[in-house]
Amino acid sequence: MSQDALFSIKDLTKHFPVKKSGIFNNEKATVKAVDGISLDIHEGETVGIVGESGCGKTTAGRTFLKLVSPTSGQIIYKGQDITNFSAKKMRPLRAEMQIIFQDPYSALNPRQTIGKIISAPFEIQGVTPDGGVKREVERILERVGLNPEHYNRYPHEFSGGQRQRIGIARAIALKPKFVVADEPVSALDVSIQAQVINLLEDLKREDGITIVFIAHDLSVVQHISDRVVVMYLGKIMEIADSTNLYSNPRHPYTKALLSAVPQADPRVERTRERIILTGDLPSPMNPPTGCVFNTRCWKAKDICRTSAPELLTVGSSTVACHFPE
Amino acid sequence: MPCLIQGLGCNSLENLLEIKDLRVSFPTDDGDVHAVDNLSLSLKAGETVAIVGESGSGKTVTSLSVMGLHNLRSAKLSGSILIADGDGTVDVVSDDQEKVRNLRGRVVSMIFQDPMSSLHPYFKIGNQLAEGYLVHNPGKKAEAKARAIEMLDLVGIPEPDKRVNDFPHQFSGGMRQRVMIAMALMNTPKILIADEPTTALDVTVQAQILTLMQKIQKEFNMGILLITHDLGVVAQVADRVSVMYAGNIVEQGSAEDIFYRPMAPYTVGLLQSVPKISYGKKERLISIGGQPPSLINLPSGCAFAPRCTYIKSAPAGSCDASLPNLTGVTAGHVSRCHIPEAQRPAIFAHNQERAN
Amino acid sequence: MFTFVSRRLFYAAITLLIVSMAVYAIFALLPFDPAALTCGQHCNKIVIEANRHRLGYDKSIWDQYWLFLHGIFAGRNYGTGSIAFNCPAPALGYSYNENKCVTQMLADTLPITLNLAIGALILWLIIGVGLGIIAARFKGRWPDTASTIFVLLGTSLPVFVTGLFLLIWITIRWNIIPLNLSGYVSLFSNPFGYLQYFILPWITLAISFAALYTRFTRASILETLGEDYIRTARAKGLSEKKVLRIHTFRAALAPIVTMASLDFAGLIGGAILTETIFNLPGVGQLTLRSVYEFDLPVVVATTILAAGVVIIMNLIVDMFYAVLDPRVRL
Repeated sequence: MSQDALFSIKDLTKHFPVKKSGIFNNEKATVKAVDGISLDIHEGETVGIVGESGCGKTTAGRTFLKLVSPTSGQIIYKGQDITNFSAKKMRPLRAEMQIIFQDPYSALNPRQTIGKIISAPFEIQGVTPDGGVKREVERILERVGLNPEHYNRYPHEFSGGQRQRIGIARAIALKPKFVVADEPVSALDVSIQAQVINLLEDLKREDGITIVFIAHDLSVVQHISDRVVVMYLGKIMEIADSTNLYSNPRHPYTKALLSAVPQADPRVERTRERIILTGDLPSPMNPPTGCVFNTRCWKAKDICRTSAPELLTVGSSTVACHFPE
Repeated sequence: MPCLIQGLGCNSLENLLEIKDLRVSFPTDDGDVHAVDNLSLSLKAGETVAIVGESGSGKTVTSLSVMGLHNLRSAKLSGSILIADGDGTVDVVSDDQEKVRNLRGRVVSMIFQDPMSSLHPYFKIGNQLAEGYLVHNPGKKAEAKARAIEMLDLVGIPEPDKRVNDFPHQFSGGMRQRVMIAMALMNTPKILIADEPTTALDVTVQAQILTLMQKIQKEFNMGILLITHDLGVVAQVADRVSVMYAGNIVEQGSAEDIFYRPMAPYTVGLLQSVPKISYGKKERLISIGGQPPSLINLPSGCAFAPRCTYIKSAPAGSCDASLPNLTGVTAGHVSRCHIPEAQRPAIFAHNQERAN
Repeated sequence: MFTFVSRRLFYAAITLLIVSMAVYAIFALLPFDPAALTCGQHCNKIVIEANRHRLGYDKSIWDQYWLFLHGIFAGRNYGTGSIAFNCPAPALGYSYNENKCVTQMLADTLPITLNLAIGALILWLIIGVGLGIIAARFKGRWPDTASTIFVLLGTSLPVFVTGLFLLIWITIRWNIIPLNLSGYVSLFSNPFGYLQYFILPWITLAISFAALYTRFTRASILETLGEDYIRTARAKGLSEKKVLRIHTFRAALAPIVTMASLDFAGLIGGAILTETIFNLPGVGQLTLRSVYEFDLPVVVATTILAAGVVIIMNLIVDMFYAVLDPRVRL
C-alpha cells in the first residue's frame, strides 16, 4: 500500500445477508457482492472500474464513500482510516467525497428546484462562498453547460442529459477532491453521452479531481480512465493502464470481455477473432471455489478450482490469475 | 433490385417486407406527435437491416407499426407496410386487423428489449412457448410442447425437456432472451424484428445472443429487422442500415456505406461521438451539441439544422426552408442533406481534422 | 409451506394474546366504575358492591385476566351459590346482562354475520370486478363513463343512506319484501325466506363496495395492460379477448384478492350500520350493544374474534399469492 495514495482500500468486503425461511428465520445465505478487493488511487488520476452485472462494481463504489457500510476491510482516505468513522466524523469529509448517480431521472428530487438541489451541499456543510450561495450556484450551472437563468426550474423540465449535468453540478459544488461516478452516462443517448464525457474530462483537467469511473461500457471507460480495474463476481481480476489493458490484456476474462465489445467498424468486426464465453454467470450467493472465473475459463486447470490466485504484477499490469497471458 | 428509391418495378415476392411512405402520429392534448414521417424501407430474406437512432428517432414506433401493435385509437398511420404471406401480401396499415393479427407470430415475430419483463411471470415458459404455436395451430397441444422443447434446444438452453417446466424468474437474463427468441421462432416466421435485443444484457452475453441470431438467420433464411442505438452492434451484424433522426430516415445504405462513407451530417456526428477503443493517443470526442427536437413542434425545413455544424456549407437558407429529399449518387446509398453530395466528403473530413 | 403456516399460526396466537391483553388494559384504565353501571334506577351502594363482587370486578385486573385465559382452555364457573353457572370450554366469558355464556352468544350471532358478509362479497365481486373489466376494456368510451357515474354514486352514498332508502322504498312503500320477517332462517331450510331476509342488506353493502372495486379493478387491469409481457402476448398473435382473459386477468387479480379478503375480515368484525338498519342480530349489533353496556366479556370476545379473522384472512391471502405467483417463496 503506497503512502502517497489519496484513497486506498484493503481487503474490502461487502456481504448482503439474505434470509431464508425456517420457523425462526435462522438460515442465512449471503450475497458476496464485494469479496476482498484492494486498490490504491492516487491524487488526480481517473480509475475506471468495469465488469458485468453482479461483479460488485456499483456496491464497491458506494462502499468507498460509506454510503453502504463495509462488512470488513479498510478504507483509507488521506492517510486516515475512515472505515469505522461515525456519521458525525464523516460529515466534514463528505464535502470532499462525492458521488454522481446513474439514473438522471430518479437522482434528483422532483419537488425541488435545481437551484435548491445544487445549494443543498452548501447548506448541509455550512459553507458560504464569496458572493453568496446563489451566485456560486449560477456559476456552477454555467460551468456544466446549463443556463443560470434556469435556477428556478424543476428537474422534469430538463432532458436526461441536462439532468445528468445537474447531478454533476451538485457533486462538484463543494469542490470535492474525490468523486465516484456510478455509470454516469449509461442511461443517456449516444450523442449526449459524448457531451457529458467531455464535461467530465474538462472538470478533471481544470480542477484535478480524482475520479472513480464505474461503467460496463468498455469503450467509454478506456476513453476517460488512466487506469482500469476489471472486476468479476466481487473480486478484482486485473488492474492496468488503460492503454495497456486494451492492447495487452493479461487476464483471460479481460480478453473475453474485450473480444465481446462490438466496435463501430464493420471490417474490424467481421474479421476479428471472437472469444465467446460459455455458460452463465454464477450466482454471487454461491461463487465458485478457487478462482471465481474458473467455471467459464478456457484455461482452467485443477489449481484454478482449488486456490484463488493472488493479485500479482505481470509486466506493467496487476493480474489475479494462475496462468496469465 | 432494392425498392428503396422509386418504389416502382418491385418484385413483391423478393422482398419479405416493404414499407412505403409510412407516417405515424399520435394526437395528444399538446398537439400531434409526429413520430415517423415518410419512411420507406425494405427487407429481403437472409439479410439483416438495422434501424439506428437515438430516443425519439421513431425507430421503435416503426417496428411496432410493422407488427401492427399500435392502438389504432391513439395512433394515426398512413402509407403502406406490405408483408409477403404465401403468395399474397398483407398491408398492415390498411388491411383488416384480423388479417394482421394472423400474421403476428406466424410470418413476423418480435423480440423486445427487456427479457425480464417481457415474459409473463406467472406462467411456465413451456406454456408461453406452446401458446405461440397454438394460436396459429389450434388444438395441437402435444405438437406444441414438442416444438417448444425443440426450440429451446435450438437456442442453446441446456436440458430443455426439464427447463420447459420452469418459470421465467428461474432463468438468467441471457437465458431469458434466448427463451424469447425461441418463442419468436415457434412458427418459423420469415421476418424477425428485434427491438434493442441486447441493450439490457451484459456484453459477453450480448455476444452470445448476436451469434445465436446470426446462426438462426442462416438456418431459416430469415430477414431480421434490428432496432438499436449501438453502432457496434450494427457493425457486427447489419447488412444494410437506415439511420433515423426525428422520425425521418436521414441516411440509408450498406453497412460499409454508412461507416466508411457517411453522407448525412447526423451520421457523421454519431460516428464521431462514439468512443472507440484506441491503442494510441486518445482523441477528444466530438459531441453533437444541443438536444433532439420536440416531435410536436418540429422545425420547418431540416430537423437536424439547429444542431448541424455544416450548415454554412449548404446553399443559403435552404436548411431552414425545406426538408431535403432522400437522394443518392450511388445505387442503394441515399441521404438527406442540402449540401451537394460531391462536396460532402471533403467538408466532413476538414471538420474532423479541425476538431482533433 | 408447512413451516410457513406453522410459523404464522404461532405468531397469530401471540398476536391474539396481546390483543386480549390490550382490551383488558383499556378497561382497567377506564376512569369510571364498571360495577356502578350494572344496575339501573334503584341503585345503592350495597347493590353496587354486591355486583362488583359477583362480576369479579373486585379482583385485580391481573387476576381477572388470568381467570379469563384459564377459562378459554378449561371452562369456567361464574357466580356463586344458586345462581352459579358453568360455561364449557372454550369459555370466553359470561355476560351478566344477558345471562348467557359469551361463546354461545357468538355462536348465535356469527352465522348471520357470516351469511351477510359472504353474500355481499359474492355480489360486490361480481358487480365490481365485472364492471371494472368492462370499464378497462372500453376505456374512454361510454361503458367507461357509465361505470364512472356508478363509482361516484356508490362511493359517495353512505351505507345508512342506501340502506334506509332501500328499506323505505322496497319494504315499506312497495312492500316487495314483507316488513315483519320472522327472523333468521337458514338457506337450507327455507331458501326463499333466506333470500328475503338477506337480499336488501346484501345490496346495501354491495353497492358501496362494488363502487370501490370497479375503480380499483379498472386501475389494476389498465396497469397490467401496460406491462411488457402483454405486448409479447399480442406479438404472438393472440386475440385481444385472450390477452385480457388469460394474461391480464390473472395478473390483475392479486391486488383485488388482497383487498377483498381484508374487506371481508372487516365485515365479520361487524357490519354495524347495516345490521342495525335491517335489524339483523349479528356480531356487529352484539359488539355495539356490549360496548354501550360495558359488558366487558363480550367486548373482549368480539375484539378477539375480529382480530382472529383478520389474521386468518391475511394468512389465506399470503398462501394464495404463493399459489398465484411462482416468484413468491414462502
